[in-house]
Amino acid sequence: MATLEIRGLNKSFPHGREQRQVLRDIELTLHDNEFVSLVGTSGCGKSTLLSIAAGLEGFDSGQVLVDGEPIRGAGLDRGVVFQSYTLLPWLNARENIEFALKAAGRTRGECRRIADEHLQLVGLNDYAEAYPNELSGGMKQRVAIARALSYRPKILLMDEPFGALDAMTRHQMQELLTRIWEHHRLTVMFVTHDIEEAVYLSDRIVVMGRGPGHIKASFPVELGRPRHEEMATSTAFIALQRQVLKAIREDERQP
Amino acid sequence: MTQRSSLFTIGQPPGRRSYWLIGLGVFVLLGLAWYLSTASGLVPRLFLPAPADVLARMLSLAADGTLWADLKVSLYRIGVAFLISSAMSIVIGTLAGCYGFWKAASEPLVDFIRYMPVVAFVPLTILWAGTSDVQKFLIIWIGTFFQQVLMIMDAVKRVPPDFIGLGRTLGMRDPAILLRIVLPSALPGIWDALRISLGWAWTWLVLAELVAATSGLGYRITVSQRFFQTDTIIGYILLLGLLGLVTDQLMRAAERVLFRYNRRRR
Ligand SMILES: Nc1ncnc2c1ncn2[C@@H]1O[C@H](COP(=O)(O)OP(=O)(O)OP(=O)(O)O)[C@@H](O)[C@H]1O
Ligand SMILES: [Mg+2]
Repeated sequence: MATLEIRGLNKSFPHGREQRQVLRDIELTLHDNEFVSLVGTSGCGKSTLLSIAAGLEGFDSGQVLVDGEPIRGAGLDRGVVFQSYTLLPWLNARENIEFALKAAGRTRGECRRIADEHLQLVGLNDYAEAYPNELSGGMKQRVAIARALSYRPKILLMDEPFGALDAMTRHQMQELLTRIWEHHRLTVMFVTHDIEEAVYLSDRIVVMGRGPGHIKASFPVELGRPRHEEMATSTAFIALQRQVLKAIREDERQP
Repeated sequence: MTQRSSLFTIGQPPGRRSYWLIGLGVFVLLGLAWYLSTASGLVPRLFLPAPADVLARMLSLAADGTLWADLKVSLYRIGVAFLISSAMSIVIGTLAGCYGFWKAASEPLVDFIRYMPVVAFVPLTILWAGTSDVQKFLIIWIGTFFQQVLMIMDAVKRVPPDFIGLGRTLGMRDPAILLRIVLPSALPGIWDALRISLGWAWTWLVLAELVAATSGLGYRITVSQRFFQTDTIIGYILLLGLLGLVTDQLMRAAERVLFRYNRRRR
């Protein structure tokens, strides 16, 4: 079981001498094993919301609950994949995963075994000894995902993890992520700018609006699992994509 | 596309071979100018001795042991002072780069002292510590420590915030994040700061030895001035340049080994 509940959340940042509200009355529940994408215009507070859920950022009022328990800072129950790959450059791919496992309290032997398993999972067993600097962007993000999965967090939080990748690599990564997710069944919060990506990956798409950031609409994705590439051309897929886009656009028209 | 001469194109780094050829060429050219100006009698020997004279003098100083004694004392002084200064600045610079308290406590003070001319401290340090080694340590320390703290603080501040976020999401406590994420991440920057400040440390060493010493490379230069031994002076200045160059190259070599991970193997 792993649910993430955000209740009546408000958040403001100091702006000069005053406070500027960036999130207002956020109500959002991620059910067990649910894959939820968060979309919305730039600056509407998606990253801020994700950081708050991760426990990396504080908030003014409201509640963030994991399985009904209020969170106290960041923790191993919530894995985070950042847009910047955040692989530690002085450690090779395997050591980067082992680093997380060691922090999670695994023994040395376990670290090695689990790290290798997860490199295999993302198809990088041949690159176990490569340093981040020797890996392409897509490979780096695969290691980062392997690392975030390795210590079995109940919830995975991803902030535009594929935002810096080219279209081809991006497609491969989406394939990989659905495959892994359909296997492991985690609760996922996924921030993206790419609506097609959101539809392809998610069970539900949440649209955020600006001024200050709030939740505007929520669309269930009624496409079967497992997902495959051909679905992207189906009428249901395209219709949903349009609907989501329209919901986001409404926001842009306001000043 | 036509191949343009890359040596005179903006933004084109020179090739390895041409870099060394041109670099050495400049040295040879300057050496030649030196040789010609003395051999032709254009410049009096007293002001500028011939290259051969300088070399002969240095060889005789090496043979009678003076050179090695001077070198040993100077290396000892710069070694001790630089190690103390570096150890202190790594601790304080890292703390100031990480924690608000240490930043507020040290940055304004360091910024203030940094602008005080080191030379002005010489009389004071002589009053405090005479002409002992401690006085040399003090001058070198004053000249390098405050610069080092600022550079190391900067290197620590450049650690990506997401790295620290990663540590937090892995449930690591702040001291563990500092030791296992922040320090290794800032290490290449810290090493660079040390390498650059070592160059300055040589200057402060010689300054301290010029003014008040009874031994060392700088002392020998002052003594030689009294006896109009320009050959010794020039020989020692060239030696100091060489020592700076060698230590710099050693630090760079160590950097390539220590931070191998920054290079591509494939
Ligand atoms: N540390 C901060 N201090 C002050 N203001 C901030 C800070 N972080 C974010 N903001 C502001 O909060 C608002 C929301 O930012 P956030 O990064 O969450 O948006 P976003 O939806 O992720 O945007 P994008 O899609 O461009 O990534 C923005 O107006 C931003 O300027
Ligand atoms: Mg963002």
